Amino acid sequence: MTGYVLEIAQAFLALLLAPGLVGFVHWLKARLQNRRGAPPWQPYFELNKLFGKEMIVSTNASWLFHLSPYIVFASAIAVTLLIPLIAVPLSFDSVGDLLLVVYLLLIGTFFLSLAGLDPGTAFGGMGASREMTVAAIAEPTLAVAIFSLAIGAGTTSLSRIVTGTLANPGVTISPGHMLAFAALFIVTLAETGRLPVDNPSTHLELTMIHEAMILEYSGRYLALVEWASWLKLLIFFSLLSNLFVPWGLATVLTPAALAIAIVTLILKLAVFAIVVALFETRIAKLRLFRVPELLGVSFVLALLAVTSSFLLK
Amino acid sequence: MPSLLQKIFRTGIVTEPLCPDDTETVQLVQQIDESVRRLLGRALAIREVDTGSCNGCEIEIAGLTGPVYDSERFGIHFVASPRHADMLLVTGPVTHNMEVPLRKTYDATPDPKLVVAVGDCAQTCGVFKGSYAVAGSVDQIIPVNVFVRGCPPEPADILRGILTALDRAPRK
Amino acid sequence: MTYSLFLLMILAYTAGVLAALMGAKGKSGRGLVALGAVLGAGAGMALGATVIVSGTPFSLLLPDLLPIGGGFVLHLDALGSFFLILIGLVAIPAAIYGVGYTAAYEDGRSSLRFLGVMFNLFLLSMGLVTMAGNVLTFLLMWEGMSLTSYFLVITETSEESTLRAGSWYAAMTHAGLALLLAAFMLLTNGGSGSFADLRVNSAALPATARNAIFLLAFLGFGSKAGIVPLHVWLPKAHPAAPSHVSALMSGVMIKLGIYGLLRVVLDLLGGGPAWWGSLVLGFGVVSALLGVLYALMEHDLKRLLAYHSVENIGIILIGIGAGFIFYSYGLMTLAALGLIGGLYHTLNHASFKGLLFLGAGSVLHATHTRNMEKMGGLIKRMPWTALFFLIGSVAISALPPFNGFASEWLVFQSLLAGFNIPKPELAVLMPVAVGMLALTSGLAAACFVKAFGISFLALPRSPEAENAQEAPLSMRIGMGILALACIVLGVAPVIVVPFLGKVISGLGHLPQTITGLTFNLSLQTPEAFGQVSPTLAAVGLFLILAMIPVAFRIFRVNRGLRLGETWGCGRTGQTPRMEYTATAFAEPLRRVFAELYRPTKELSIDFHPDSKYFVESIEYKSEITPLFDRWFYDPLLRSIRFVSRQVQRLQGGSLHLYLVYIAILLVILLLAARWL
Repeated sequence: MTGYVLEIAQAFLALLLAPGLVGFVHWLKARLQNRRGAPPWQPYFELNKLFGKEMIVSTNASWLFHLSPYIVFASAIAVTLLIPLIAVPLSFDSVGDLLLVVYLLLIGTFFLSLAGLDPGTAFGGMGASREMTVAAIAEPTLAVAIFSLAIGAGTTSLSRIVTGTLANPGVTISPGHMLAFAALFIVTLAETGRLPVDNPSTHLELTMIHEAMILEYSGRYLALVEWASWLKLLIFFSLLSNLFVPWGLATVLTPAALAIAIVTLILKLAVFAIVVALFETRIAKLRLFRVPELLGVSFVLALLAVTSSFLLK
Repeated sequence: MPSLLQKIFRTGIVTEPLCPDDTETVQLVQQIDESVRRLLGRALAIREVDTGSCNGCEIEIAGLTGPVYDSERFGIHFVASPRHADMLLVTGPVTHNMEVPLRKTYDATPDPKLVVAVGDCAQTCGVFKGSYAVAGSVDQIIPVNVFVRGCPPEPADILRGILTALDRAPRK
Repeated sequence: MTYSLFLLMILAYTAGVLAALMGAKGKSGRGLVALGAVLGAGAGMALGATVIVSGTPFSLLLPDLLPIGGGFVLHLDALGSFFLILIGLVAIPAAIYGVGYTAAYEDGRSSLRFLGVMFNLFLLSMGLVTMAGNVLTFLLMWEGMSLTSYFLVITETSEESTLRAGSWYAAMTHAGLALLLAAFMLLTNGGSGSFADLRVNSAALPATARNAIFLLAFLGFGSKAGIVPLHVWLPKAHPAAPSHVSALMSGVMIKLGIYGLLRVVLDLLGGGPAWWGSLVLGFGVVSALLGVLYALMEHDLKRLLAYHSVENIGIILIGIGAGFIFYSYGLMTLAALGLIGGLYHTLNHASFKGLLFLGAGSVLHATHTRNMEKMGGLIKRMPWTALFFLIGSVAISALPPFNGFASEWLVFQSLLAGFNIPKPELAVLMPVAVGMLALTSGLAAACFVKAFGISFLALPRSPEAENAQEAPLSMRIGMGILALACIVLGVAPVIVVPFLGKVISGLGHLPQTITGLTFNLSLQTPEAFGQVSPTLAAVGLFLILAMIPVAFRIFRVNRGLRLGETWGCGRTGQTPRMEYTATAFAEPLRRVFAELYRPTKELSIDFHPDSKYFVESIEYKSEITPLFDRWFYDPLLRSIRFVSRQVQRLQGGSLHLYLVYIAILLVILLLAARWL
């Protein structure tokens, strides 16, 4: 029983941390651009403001436009209930494994793309087409990277992969894991819409992928969609950290262990935020038709990961 | 990468603090409600509309997001779609061809919204007054909250104008 | 009990045929034809369910009906029952749908009578294929199925493309039949044709004969199923047929190829070496990828769906191939996993592809066009069709909690279990298959965003789309039944998986009861490699979705809503010309896979006579010729025509010449008879 309560609390924690994570990344980028920048808790103010504004819906839009933000948000929350954020093993482990997580994220992309097509703007269609292209080409890497982790642990269940790594620390530096980490890092950048795949702070519609689909959303729908995309960033960062470097996760449900787990999670997310901020300051956005090449590189890395974890089993 | 980081750390934070100003560049025309001020005060999204300006004001506005003037520290950022915006930053005398788009942009922005008109052209049509191509000043097309005078006004003045609309401008 | 169900089936179909012959016009006439089909298919479903649940097969021997080759033998076991139930699952909604759909044929250009007769005979022959107990019955009913479906495909005889599609279909299905004849001849080896005897005698066949039988059967059944490269008839025939027939052909008929493969390879031959499974798996991967890649580039809604059938057959073959590989190494639980995954996907594909074809037919019925570029805005004009098509699209993209996810999860798990294969060379191919399956899945999702988004959303792109009307009630009921099936099959795999376990138990060397796959509310694979509960996931998603509006009320969020114009950057008007097109949507993927597609591009620009800076019109034409058409079938047809032209020289046209030919031939035959 406590396990279930903990998982729901975990989802709330993820919801609360997600805007802070994105705010921290923006604040770091601002400092790296030699300016003060907005404080790291700025996205909370943004959400507060968006929930207070009215909404304008296009006359061309249908019920799908109204339904999509809810589905995108709900699927993101559903994923946070299934991934190891602060404790293993998870009570909802029998509900979903890594494959279900991947497909739940795909639901969000699917419905957001449809919502981009609904109002009938050219920019929405363009964003939808590009987003589905990137998502489709990132799928094989995700699946094969999951395969390499699953072979090592003997299961696709997230809790057991993590407990396997905790019990056998040497597997962290195995070539299979490191290659899978590299592959998944590239996919993270692609799926969460960060440079070099997509510029999250662009104003030029022709360079947008994720932003272009949400140009018609306003008010609370926009708040839901933005929060869901921040949640997706948190999900990917925590998967990268807890699948590969799981130390700090609570294995017993005592308040001390949980407190340590929360602190460790925040530290890990901060490290990833620093890495991504530095990355985004250094590199420029790739041309759209170069992105498949980048994702192809990640696929090859994932294949190498699975072959090596296979041969070293 | 290391040389870039070195350069960044050597340069340091270059943002200048915003000082209060007592010249008459900023004119508050329409006060906003306390509730609106509380809602938009910490996080403001701006959509910039150029209704036929010479782009002098645009260059000054572009400096707002740079390291020296840094509008982001007040929670202000620029957005691409008026649906995402809370404030319209309008420049230029409103030409005939931009009259309808300006009105459409205003209608496309969700309530509560603010309008700040930047530059002499926006308030009095400036040097283009009386031209065959000009329809009128901005407040003749859409309701305006704050005028920022100047040709072009300094980025600091524009920033003070935006903050005046939110009643967050630095006072003496 | 089973005899009475069987009799009911035969009688119902015959009644349907008679109702059609007596004039199928008017609502009652069409309704009677459909009623015959519905009763017959329903009786078949009940018969299949009884056989599976009770565990006792149903037999009927009529040796006097056809004295040669052992007579007419029917023997319905668990495997056949599954496919019989599958027929019923799609036939009942399709028949109900047909009541409203065939009203369009009452103008006399196509024969409603013929359509009704062939429809019932088609369903009857498909049912009898699954019940066949010896080679003769099987081949007879197989040919009957092919012939009736050919006539159904060419229903709309007024279109020339339909007739050409029918010719392609007839030629390829008979080429497949020739391969099957050869396979069965090798299998029977001069002995009895009954399946029971073949099961026993096949063990004595030499290895070369078994391999040859496998290859011939795989190619023969594969051409019916639609594997690459024998799939070319699918994208031609399925769009040409009436929509409810397309749903049946795509949902059920091509699955009978899978049935044949399982029957011959697993049941009669008792399985074989690992390379059999690898071949099936390899062809499955290639079919899945090429099917979805060509589907992405299509703008004809039904041809897009036909290519997706090729893709899903590929996925089914991936599951079955993995099952075969594990079977050949004696890993029976894992073999069951792969086979159950393949069969589950068969069931799911029948339901969502049937639904999608019925939806496409509804759109065709309303707008009289299959071209996606002329549709749009249908979600407001045809809300039910749009909802059902959306359910089908979400299901085929394997998104939880609909049925596509459950079966793809099982196929993934069977591939992931591939590291148990003793041979490393084979096992290392599994990750590649996993990657390709994931790519297929992602591309399918992209394709259906395009298909649903361009056809149903935004503004109508043509007057036909603007004046579209919702489909009549019978069509909506047909689609609704299949949509319900998609949801139920997705949320309740805990019922479906044990059912499928019963279907494959005892086939070949598989154990009588499959253990190791546990199911309470969740599906768990052997050794707890993976566990997922689509049921709980569905409940969870629904609860979270419902909580969001509640949270809005609690936190007193601004609930203001205003309708406004679409933001068009201040433009003065928004027309359908400004929307995204299907070609544009697929453009990034066309560029990514340009090496495969090799699109040809023609661009012609008309300039204003006065100045080159003003353009009067731009015409852009891009064409993609599918790979196999260009490299295999076109050269094949060219060489056939060349040979035919040479042979044509023999046809002089003169009666005297022909008499001389007859005389020469008589002399040769007499000499030959003398010497042999």
